[in-house]
Amino acid sequence: MKIKITTKELKSDFAKEVKDRSGIDVKKCYQCGKCTAGCPVAYEMDYMPNQIIRFVQLGLKREALTSRTIWLCASCITCTTRCPKEVKIAELMDVLREMSLEEGLANPLEKNITTFHQAFLNSVKKHGRISELWMLNEYKMKRPKTALQDLIIGPQMLSKGKLSFLPHDIKGKDAVKRIFEKCK
Amino acid sequence: MQIKEKTRIGYYPGCAITMGSSSEEYGTSVLRVAEAIGPELEEIHDWNCCGASSAHATNHKLSTALSIRNISLAEQSGFKEILAPCPMCSQRLIISQKDVADDEELKKDVEDAIEMPCNGDVKILNYLELIKNYCMDEIAEKRKKTPKDLKIASYYGCLLLRPPKVLQFDDPENPTSMEEIVEATGAISVDWELKTNCCGGGFTLSRTDIVLKLTNDILECAVDAGADAIAVACPMCHANLDMRQKKIEKEYNRKFNIPIVYISELIGLALDLGPISLGLNKHFIDTESVVNAFA
Repeated sequence: MKIKITTKELKSDFAKEVKDRSGIDVKKCYQCGKCTAGCPVAYEMDYMPNQIIRFVQLGLKREALTSRTIWLCASCITCTTRCPKEVKIAELMDVLREMSLEEGLANPLEKNITTFHQAFLNSVKKHGRISELWMLNEYKMKRPKTALQDLIIGPQMLSKGKLSFLPHDIKGKDAVKRIFEKCK
Repeated sequence: MQIKEKTRIGYYPGCAITMGSSSEEYGTSVLRVAEAIGPELEEIHDWNCCGASSAHATNHKLSTALSIRNISLAEQSGFKEILAPCPMCSQRLIISQKDVADDEELKKDVEDAIEMPCNGDVKILNYLELIKNYCMDEIAEKRKKTPKDLKIASYYGCLLLRPPKVLQFDDPENPTSMEEIVEATGAISVDWELKTNCCGGGFTLSRTDIVLKLTNDILECAVDAGADAIAVACPMCHANLDMRQKKIEKEYNRKFNIPIVYISELIGLALDLGPISLGLNKHFIDTESVVNAFA
């Protein structure tokens, strides 16, 4: 892998920005690669988890925030559990995802994942709880290529009473809406 | 005579295990078992979704506030302990509780967002913890059925154990609490490698290919270790291993046909609560072999 690094990037305060937001100090990482060795999704990633940390160490913000890796992290937290330097790698992925969305840099190749998160949260915002059927519906409408994928499972779930047409509205759904407004 | 005060625990089911949801049999069996052997569970009034992966992956403050609202509601009802059988929920609640305890500014923002104070002295229990703390003697006393030669692979997945520093539950690399419960039901535990591996969790719709690969590895490992069934305590693990099993078999060209049972269902069978009332008819992979082992 060859990446050009400019002096401007090396001098940037990306690592500090990450630390200020999350308390995670990437400078502690000495690149042993244990996080990558135990990552169950590494085989699908464009950059290995330890490379993402390296990007943050070197100020390569764009590389980190446009990577597919940050979205492919399944938050299983095996990396954080095993890190000999106690770097919270899985939690680092959370803050990088957040920054990636804020800056409009989310990798379009993982649009299924970001759309799913959106559909999920829209359901919580509207009802206070997840309405699985309607969340599924929103996701499939926005990602039509996935529409045919669960044609067998969906009806089977319905027949077993595992999907409900009625959304679960809670009494405090307006309070939940206000949480969303205040946490923008 | 002194009357022993009943333990009253706040019940936070979360979205996935309530009636009419994808894993309702987990909620059903948790409640049936609690009715039979306690402790008394009382649903937290008007609870909301914890936001799960989608909130913490995209907005830390939102994720924290959604979780803390539930803890504050429980505090207001006077609960000292909350049971959250879904590990996504229990993990989110515990992490959020720690995050606000460690960060005064976040706590202020969260209290402002939820329009309630949060003191944070409620203990969140996952289902294995609840059983270990309150029910082991009761299971031994009230067990009516002993399964005949039923070998179970206990599958923990991620969220019951990690991050270990925050959750402080069992050994993160080689946990044994589920095996202890399995053995208390009279079943036999098998030793296997992948009990703490990830199933792909929330990628079931967005990156089904990843889920199929990870779950195939898990099913293969359990079957090769000689398991007749896999025990779980997580609705996402269950959905991926049970509902997706036919698809995994097709994709990887191997027949598993291995029942995936909730640990609460196993306890229920040992207590002779009846398979239908425990929701064992709701599974995609037939559970008859497990039910028959308890006959």
